[in-house]
Amino acid sequence: MKTPRALVPIVIGLLILGGWEWFVRSGRVDDVLVPAPTQIGEWFWSALRDGSLASATWVTMRRLMLGFVIGAAIGIPVGALCARSSLARDTIGILSLGLQTLPSVCWVPVAIIAFGQNEAAVLFVVVMGTVWAVVIAVQESVLSVQPLYLRAAMTMGSRGWHLWTHVIFPAALPGIISGLKQGWAFAWRSLMAAEIFVVILSGFGLGSLLHAGRELLRMDQVVGVMLVVVGVGLLADLIFFSPIERWLRRSRGLER
Amino acid sequence: MPAPLPNESSSQLTLRNVTKRFNGRAGLVTAVEDINLQVKEGEFLVLVGPSGCGKSTLLSLLAGLEQVDEGSIKLDGADVVEPGRDRLVMFQQDALFPWLDALENVLFGLRLKPGLTDAERTEAARYYLDLVGLADKERAHPHELSGGMRQRVALARSLAPNPRVLLMDEPFSALDALTRDQLYGDIQKIFTQRKKTIVLVTHNIREAVCLGDRVVLLSPNPGRVRQVFNIDLPRPRRINDPALATLAADITTALSAHLAETKEGLG
Repeated sequence: MKTPRALVPIVIGLLILGGWEWFVRSGRVDDVLVPAPTQIGEWFWSALRDGSLASATWVTMRRLMLGFVIGAAIGIPVGALCARSSLARDTIGILSLGLQTLPSVCWVPVAIIAFGQNEAAVLFVVVMGTVWAVVIAVQESVLSVQPLYLRAAMTMGSRGWHLWTHVIFPAALPGIISGLKQGWAFAWRSLMAAEIFVVILSGFGLGSLLHAGRELLRMDQVVGVMLVVVGVGLLADLIFFSPIERWLRRSRGLER
Repeated sequence: MPAPLPNESSSQLTLRNVTKRFNGRAGLVTAVEDINLQVKEGEFLVLVGPSGCGKSTLLSLLAGLEQVDEGSIKLDGADVVEPGRDRLVMFQQDALFPWLDALENVLFGLRLKPGLTDAERTEAARYYLDLVGLADKERAHPHELSGGMRQRVALARSLAPNPRVLLMDEPFSALDALTRDQLYGDIQKIFTQRKKTIVLVTHNIREAVCLGDRVVLLSPNPGRVRQVFNIDLPRPRRINDPALATLAADITTALSAHLAETKEGLG
């Protein structure tokens, strides 16, 4: 009989958790430093019941969504502009390439000095984390659109706006989507950095919860929040980006 | 019942003293020089020649994708200065948009043609998909079609907006022999039914004789018109017809003679 594919990671995962639990309970390590899975589970359950986890997740997701959408809304047209004009490519394009390599946590001091400890600072950091990756990805994918498509479309009378919306954009879409995915990953990292470093008075996010865990020496909370952070990233990929990418590849015959 | 769009008034394509140069690595290269040609309404003209004779350049000029350096190209008296719906192109690769299905690909050009209702556009698109024998494939995406089928969709796409002139840039060269023979039949059928003006570029002399009313032989370095052959064989022509093979052999001999001459001239 064939083993279902999902069974393997579940069984191995349970074995590891079981071993970990046994290891901590046997008293070989201090459970303040290494909490057992059941202790993390307890924290998780209590944080769910008092609503603090849900509200922190909501605050964080709201910031992430807003920053990501703003970053993408700026990055897509700017990337298109860079692909179209060599002047823009030699200025904004090169600047974007440089700033994309800057770890987004470096924006945190700038944001605090400029905006103070508030939502604007967090938003600024998330937008800065997103926008450059999107600019580069859009520029590259627009530049690599096959010239043959443009020639064919132009002979059929397509120009300007029509050419952009009906040929260049659809042709570049797979590259743009993977750029957005990368932008999302950068936004997520920069938001966590901002929330951990900045005590933001206007809302208590997952990063703040992580920071509070450190202050209270609550390793179960720290590890628990980290697991939630991993879960959110994984979920965004599984329910949003992966289906879009798979659909794009399939409809163009790049994958069966 | 799907129907094609009605033909517009008669067209005539005139090339006068056409010269085109490119900036190559070895300096300025003359791709074509002093070309004079007239293509009549409803004529099937074929440009043949070895690689480097500028035949593809000439087609790009006719399409308006490149501009002439000297001379002029006129369609019905108006200068050809940019790409336009009146001169549609079938490329060597099919150039179909992979994000659209066959019907949407054919509709692409039709949607850009003003003065039609959506129903008329869909009707015209279906007519041409049917004409190329792909009525049952209208929802298929390019990757689901064979190379021959894709080139058929590309043919339907170039014919559907009813251009004055159909320009074909070696559209059969990437296909296998069997598919190619079928397409020769299809093109001739469409040519006789729809009375299109067609300019085809190819390096295959047999293909040229099989399809053309007139075959223009170009010689390279720089591209010039060497000789023009009138092909009076009755249609439909079969690629394996012995009379056709004899004519093709004559043209090949002429081409070899010209090439030898050019070499001597250079040496």
